[in-house]
Amino acid sequence: MYRYDTYDQAMVDARVEEFRDQCRRRLEGKLTEDQFKPLRLMNGLYLQLHAYMLRVAVPYGTLSGDQMRALADIAEKYDRGYGHFTTRQNIQYNWIKLEDAGDILADLASVEMHAIQTSGNCIRNISSDHFAGAAADELVDPRPYAELLRQWSSFHPEFAYLPRKFKIAVIASKTDRAAMKLHDIGIRIVERDGELGASFYVGGGMGRTPMIAPCINEFVPLDRLITYAEACLRVYNRHGRRDNKYKARIKILVHELGAEEYTRQVEAEYAHMLDQGVEPPFAELERIRTFFADPEFRAADEVSASNEPEETSSEPAFQRWVRRNTNPHKAPGYVSAVISLKPVGGIPGDATAEQMRLMADLAERYGFDELRVMHTQNIVLPHVHQSDLPAVWRALDGAGLSTPNLDQIGDIIACPGLDYCSLANARSIPVAQKISERFEASGKGEALGELKLKISGCINACGHHHAGHIGILGVDRKGVENYQLSLGGSEAEDTALAKITGPGFDEDGIVDAVETAADVYLRERTEGERFLDTYRRIGMTPFKEALYG
Amino acid sequence: MRIMTGNDLKTGAVTWWTGSDWSLHVEDAVDVTGKEDEIARREEAARRVNVPYVIDAELEDGSPRPAHIKDRVRALGPTVRLDLSLKPADPDIGNWVI
Repeated sequence: MYRYDTYDQAMVDARVEEFRDQCRRRLEGKLTEDQFKPLRLMNGLYLQLHAYMLRVAVPYGTLSGDQMRALADIAEKYDRGYGHFTTRQNIQYNWIKLEDAGDILADLASVEMHAIQTSGNCIRNISSDHFAGAAADELVDPRPYAELLRQWSSFHPEFAYLPRKFKIAVIASKTDRAAMKLHDIGIRIVERDGELGASFYVGGGMGRTPMIAPCINEFVPLDRLITYAEACLRVYNRHGRRDNKYKARIKILVHELGAEEYTRQVEAEYAHMLDQGVEPPFAELERIRTFFADPEFRAADEVSASNEPEETSSEPAFQRWVRRNTNPHKAPGYVSAVISLKPVGGIPGDATAEQMRLMADLAERYGFDELRVMHTQNIVLPHVHQSDLPAVWRALDGAGLSTPNLDQIGDIIACPGLDYCSLANARSIPVAQKISERFEASGKGEALGELKLKISGCINACGHHHAGHIGILGVDRKGVENYQLSLGGSEAEDTALAKITGPGFDEDGIVDAVETAADVYLRERTEGERFLDTYRRIGMTPFKEALYG
Repeated sequence: MRIMTGNDLKTGAVTWWTGSDWSLHVEDAVDVTGKEDEIARREEAARRVNVPYVIDAELEDGSPRPAHIKDRVRALGPTVRLDLSLKPADPDIGNWVI
């Protein structure tokens, strides 16, 4: 994984001291809250429902064991013993004290991490495929390109005050595991005539106006990646609306101009920029790429060095976990193993300090010191030799991290909702808990197969409800929580936006409604169909009839 | 009634105006109707509170209960982590919020 050079470290260290001084001046009353707010937001520090909340960037979701351990230490030393992994592959702490903020950032900097650009109208953390560098189906590892974009976008003066926040995802597989087309810019690394290039999808997003990004250029040469991205940003920065925050995202600009006109302007800007020397030397990309070289994988038939008894591999619970929570790896004998942060009845994405330390230990012992944060709020050990799986599973199982429900109805994305977020209108987490408990009790979870359920507590859609096979949106109806049900969304390569079924439900009613929709699927499905396939075949009507009679 | 809330500047903790000071407990809050601007200006200037504002509440068993669920969640803590709330030992406290 990428390691800071002296320039990176000096830049982050300087920011720590700058923010420490800003916090001191705020505490001494030399800065008002109005003056301080934009400064703290530039450093990921929000004032949330109960306290300050700190959002820490995890670049393209990649972490080392040391970094995960540092996150655990912060949870324990400065927070209340846990952290919350988010749908942007970041981590948030909910109970931060302003007087500790400088020390926390210093602790993060000591392990090459920070909270810069995790808020504000700037380019946010670059996200990517959580199986990057490991997946059997990837063309190349997308992370060097994500890292190049991260370096370009960090402290970029032209893009520090965009009309609105800006999110970029980079993938390199046909399978989309990063919701690429639902980003402001989605980049897919592709191959044409033996050459690698980048397909640019621009103007996607969720929120109150969800849109799927159109492809505006199918093949940008990789040695022009940054120049093209900058052209996209420049046109947005020039024409994006600043008078209305609800119409300020690039998706609105692309929609209002039309993809064709937006593309024409980007191409014109790009042509103008080609001789401006914007692109970093290709040697820099080559330098970055060396940080992402494959580890020295063991032979496929090599046996485990762990002391885990052989009988473990025949345990049904272990076999179910392997079947459900591992992903094919490019190296023979290896898999990527998903650590579930979705225990039945638990809080999606939360992990205690002890659990984080265990994940760090497992990464160091069995996973070449690598971890990934999934946008679905789980954690990945990307490179695990199959002979080590019994030992990994045993350790995870003992820590409540082995729920075998990847991409099933219990693997729910849920935003913090009204339990933590000052923007939320309704609670998300209790609904997620009740649904996972309901389907565990009924035993239908396994029978339903792949069914992605996503819950947002407000229209900002941090819980990706627009892209759920089943989506739930919490709304405020005269001071009472109400939940809208939607069906048919997808954030995968078959990206689709879910449609609302009809009138909303109360907290218990939405749990019943989800079960009703699941039952329609179980009744109507044909061989091999997922929930989403059945919905697409039979349409909304049978579901509405079952839900509303 | 209308009660005033804000966050402690140093810790970020949710606080409530008691008439003479700030408390972590909403049941200590007093009606500030007509005095909100003066209190907010003075207390913020003294850095005893951050971003104070006023919310509606109703008296229930002699104590103020915020009118909106968001303010009740804010007053107590996350309903999904009652162990972290201000009243972790009260088995009925979840009902107070909902």
